[in-house]
Amino acid sequence: MELLSGADMIARFLQDEGIEYIYGYPGGSVLHIYDALFRQDKVKHILVRHEQAATHMADGYARATGKAGTVLVTSGPGATNTITGIATAFTDSIPMVVLCGQVPSTLIGEDAFQETDMMGVSRPVVKHNLTVRHPSEIPEILKKAYYLAQTGRPGPVVVDIPKDMTTPNERYEYVYPKKVKLRSYNPVVRGHSGQIKKAVDMLLAAKRPVLYAGGGVILGKASDKLVELAQLLGYPVTNTLMGLGGYPATDKQHLGMLGMHGSYEANMAMHHADLIVSIGARFDDRVTNAIDKFCPGARIVHIDIDPASISKTVEVDVPIVGPVDSVLKEMLALIKESKQDPDKNALASWWKNIDEWRACHGGRFVTTDEGIKPQQAVEALYKVTKGNAFVTSDVGQHQMFAAQYYKFDKPNRWINSGGLGTMGFGFPAAMGVKLNFPDDDVVCVTGEGSIQMNIQELSTCKQYDLPVKVLVLNNQSLGMVKQWQDMNYESRHAQSYMESLPDFTKLVEAYGHIGLTVEKLEDLEPTLEKAFAMKDKLVFINVMVDPHEHVYPMQIARGSMKDMWLSKTERT
Amino acid sequence: MRRIISVLLENEPGALSRVVGLFSQRNYNIETLTVAATEDSTLSRMTVTTTGSDKVIEQITKQLNKLIEVVKLVDLTEGTHIERELMLIKLKAAGSQRAEIKRTVDIYRGQIVDVTSSVYTIQLAGNSDKLDAFIQTIGTSCILEVVRSGVSGIARGEKVLSL
Repeated sequence: MELLSGADMIARFLQDEGIEYIYGYPGGSVLHIYDALFRQDKVKHILVRHEQAATHMADGYARATGKAGTVLVTSGPGATNTITGIATAFTDSIPMVVLCGQVPSTLIGEDAFQETDMMGVSRPVVKHNLTVRHPSEIPEILKKAYYLAQTGRPGPVVVDIPKDMTTPNERYEYVYPKKVKLRSYNPVVRGHSGQIKKAVDMLLAAKRPVLYAGGGVILGKASDKLVELAQLLGYPVTNTLMGLGGYPATDKQHLGMLGMHGSYEANMAMHHADLIVSIGARFDDRVTNAIDKFCPGARIVHIDIDPASISKTVEVDVPIVGPVDSVLKEMLALIKESKQDPDKNALASWWKNIDEWRACHGGRFVTTDEGIKPQQAVEALYKVTKGNAFVTSDVGQHQMFAAQYYKFDKPNRWINSGGLGTMGFGFPAAMGVKLNFPDDDVVCVTGEGSIQMNIQELSTCKQYDLPVKVLVLNNQSLGMVKQWQDMNYESRHAQSYMESLPDFTKLVEAYGHIGLTVEKLEDLEPTLEKAFAMKDKLVFINVMVDPHEHVYPMQIARGSMKDMWLSKTERT
Repeated sequence: MRRIISVLLENEPGALSRVVGLFSQRNYNIETLTVAATEDSTLSRMTVTTTGSDKVIEQITKQLNKLIEVVKLVDLTEGTHIERELMLIKLKAAGSQRAEIKRTVDIYRGQIVDVTSSVYTIQLAGNSDKLDAFIQTIGTSCILEVVRSGVSGIARGEKVLSL
């Protein structure tokens, strides 16, 4: 029997759980834990410069690997600084465990120094939170946290640890719990076979089908099944912002992203479909546009691991609750057994429609002789990295350009805050990815607005030698805000103009990295080549882009999916 | 439509606040809420009455089920059920009013549980409509204080909500 203090139990548990890296920031309430971590060398701690960045690093790691990222912070401000990162993970269903210090249990409720009710503060943005009431509970509580974070619909779990639970001299028995069971938590492991049969019958009978695949395909590791299904049937596939990479973007059956800034062909196909099969997607308002006008002729099959996602916004005809991977597997088996084939003629005429939509200019950007279009920067990035990089992004126009113009052929490579839309996410997320994939190209596509929300992490990159690339599409304004102001507020640019931007090159150099600025189109690709050739250096590439560019297509508010602006003057 | 949702949840600190938080976060109504431990001290039984369209109620039950500490739940209004609410009501009762109030309490099958020379405290149980009706009959002018427990409910017949 092994006797350990609460602090040592935490360090030991993390080792036994196979956690290689944790991201955090020390403070009074977690000093016992930090001391325990100091006395071992298996779990490595990355010291960030702001706790929000720790959560985004853990999140980036989780999105790239599918495993929960781990964060350790102190009580009070340390804990509250993680909230945005936790909410980001929660909205996108990303597994994460956040260990928060707390004032000693004897002081809780007395407004002690650095006391915050983290259980209360985090409650609306976590999958679950747990508090330690006795040191001996630590192994089981931590196991529960990882189990909850990583199973079912994943999400962040907070563990609140009062300082007196980690006192060095109080030792208790430690056994690593291999398994935990909660009577009140039993995530579904397979879909209802009757419903799956119904869905397959509808799939085979469809004349204008669309497979609408979301982040669930990536979280549920079901890309290969999705590809198999689409190719077996010859049906078109569109991905949500969260689902990009779930189906190879360069494949001819891929229609691109759908939704507010989705491709013309994807939105048109959705609107005219007679069957929509939603696979791990949730009919988000940024996809559907006005619900009452959503895809009027379509019957809808909805596969989701979370029953609450089904019929939350759009009423569906055939709900299937289950893990995407196992449901698709059953569907594939049924289709292969079935004697019925898809209606070839109907499908041919459906593809003819789709190809006509594809042939329209469909909101694609127009190049000019002057300056650099932000889209061109993303295209150059795609070319230079051969489409193989991990691309993280912040939030705004650059995010949409990256989603539209970087063709992701593999899952887990596109990492962005789709649901919460957190500026400041991309850079630390890229750091989390790079740490765990040192041999891959990892690039954060960002804007001069977003990058400044976590730019202090340049210092962390120096400390741990994290050679990520940062590609800033610098339009000297908060581009998406400005675009909305152009479109809806007669170009009154209230607070969307970034005056007094720093000299990024000098700033980055001050942190010990390399900064490059690109102002001419002909310098774009060579500069990117140069940057990516410096494998062991963080290179920050500041690309001055056309400040007037808008993201198109853009769905017209309160319209249907097919109602889109295609340029500043053209609409459907 | 008004619904009565019965929930079995882990009898742990914080579980109740998760339920209450869920209702406010998602803009659902709570009309009444009661909660207490069951014969199994690890489980609490909660009854929530709420209103909403079928779609909203479906979301409420799904979202409640998603809470890790919720073990099981049932919408009692989907079947036949018994609902009860307890009210304690303090009334001005002086002079000729005393007999009149006593008669009304008898009609409603309530009990006078405390008496002073000028006040009656009455206990009344029944469904919420009955308690509303009593208040209306008595009239607000003589009411000094009202406390209602909120609704508790249970399904009729063989159906049980248990582990």
